[in-house]
Amino acid sequence: MSISDRVIAIIAEQAVLEPSDVTRESTLEDLGIDSLGLVESIFAIEEEFDISIPFNANEPASSDFDISNVGAIIDGIERLVSEQKG
Amino acid sequence: MKRVVITGAGTINALGHSVPDTLEAMREGRCGIGDLEFRDVERLTIKIGGQVRGFEAEGRFNRQQMTLYDRFTQFTLTAAKEAIEQSGIEFHGDTAARSGVVLGTAGGGVSTWDDNYRAVYEEGKNRVHPFVVPKLMNNAAASHVSMEYNLKGPSFTVSTACASSNHAMALAFQMVRSGAAPAMLTGGSESMLCFGGVKAWEGLRVMSKDACRPFSANRNGMVQGEGAGVFVFEEYDHARARGAEILCEVVGFAMTSDAADIVMPSKQGAARAMAGALADGGINAGQVGYINAHGTGTAANDKTECAAVADVFGPHADNLMISSTKSMHGHLIGGTGAVELLACIMALRDGVVAPTIGYEEPDPECALDVVPNEAREARVDYALSNAFAFGGLNAVLALKRV
Repeated sequence: MSISDRVIAIIAEQAVLEPSDVTRESTLEDLGIDSLGLVESIFAIEEEFDISIPFNANEPASSDFDISNVGAIIDGIERLVSEQKG
Repeated sequence: MKRVVITGAGTINALGHSVPDTLEAMREGRCGIGDLEFRDVERLTIKIGGQVRGFEAEGRFNRQQMTLYDRFTQFTLTAAKEAIEQSGIEFHGDTAARSGVVLGTAGGGVSTWDDNYRAVYEEGKNRVHPFVVPKLMNNAAASHVSMEYNLKGPSFTVSTACASSNHAMALAFQMVRSGAAPAMLTGGSESMLCFGGVKAWEGLRVMSKDACRPFSANRNGMVQGEGAGVFVFEEYDHARARGAEILCEVVGFAMTSDAADIVMPSKQGAARAMAGALADGGINAGQVGYINAHGTGTAANDKTECAAVADVFGPHADNLMISSTKSMHGHLIGGTGAVELLACIMALRDGVVAPTIGYEEPDPECALDVVPNEAREARVDYALSNAFAFGGLNAVLALKRV
């Protein structure tokens, strides 16, 4: 599975949806993922790829990690994987 | 001052997954203590305990709940459900706004600490699940009960080692008696039966390797248990108005501190707590028919407790019954007073006094009627429930038949 598919699978599981219901354009709000669910998703993604995501739940907007939609998250993960595992 | 009655009871412990199952086991003098089963148990010296068996959290709780509920919270919610359903009480409007939940636990989410220390120390992981803190915190169980049943009044958790539940129930009693709350959910829970939880207790060298035999001359220590007990304490008129069944009345309590030693119990501290509970409830010593003892099965506790009973009750000490149900369900530490309150309810409501099982040899230092090995039928009008914690913190509740 590609990084994109793996990230979508994790987000879909958190949202209790099918992966096909999660698109790059979906926002976490659209998917019904709250702040606690976001932190849990980030943990699951870190575990999946064995990477560290620079995310601070106190100020998500100013974290060096864009969570504005699923596409942005996937792009960020791909970048972190290449930086940290490359 | 308001009258306070118990209108609901729930439990899960080594004797049963409900109040009826637990009371049946107590009537039959059944022992719930057996071989412990969990990871690394072979590295322990103490391998027995009153473990809850056949409890499947899956199915009771959904996936999201499972990530947030430590075993002590799972036990609490299971017991709270039974208590609320029996009581039939519903929390909305003013009742919800003023009612709360006060629970006792000594260790909180011990197995969550244990699992995650393993992960970071033993397995060298550098990341833990984001819910470790909300899962292990001592107030997690009280908070989840408040959320589940819409209890919006005073809620908190009391941690006074082996007296946690009794302190919690005493505070809940005080709130209802004073009129501050129409009802309170109260009791306590504990789930320390994991490698780290038992290893810590082993260190004290007060644990028995074979059985808990309170008051017996050949007793050789305590045995840990796990589980929860939760009750609905309700203002009498509130309960009557909605036609609730009343299990018994809570009439008094007292709390004392030994101010002496961090582990050795004091006769004076225990005696002052029992005498205080009698005074608070306006009870004459001669009216008490049953005492649910702290009765841990250690050399120190049992003789000190018996001496304290003799001091408080004088010649009547020989007429009353005193038993330790820890011989059956083990010592639930912070949850123990809650499960033991069930034995008081059984004595008052059903006229059946739970036995002290495993009793083999009389001890002249414990020369009271400890209801050895077999339950007994008797009319009991007043009962006390004792809890004497490490740290010298004592809490005794007085209950009355209705």
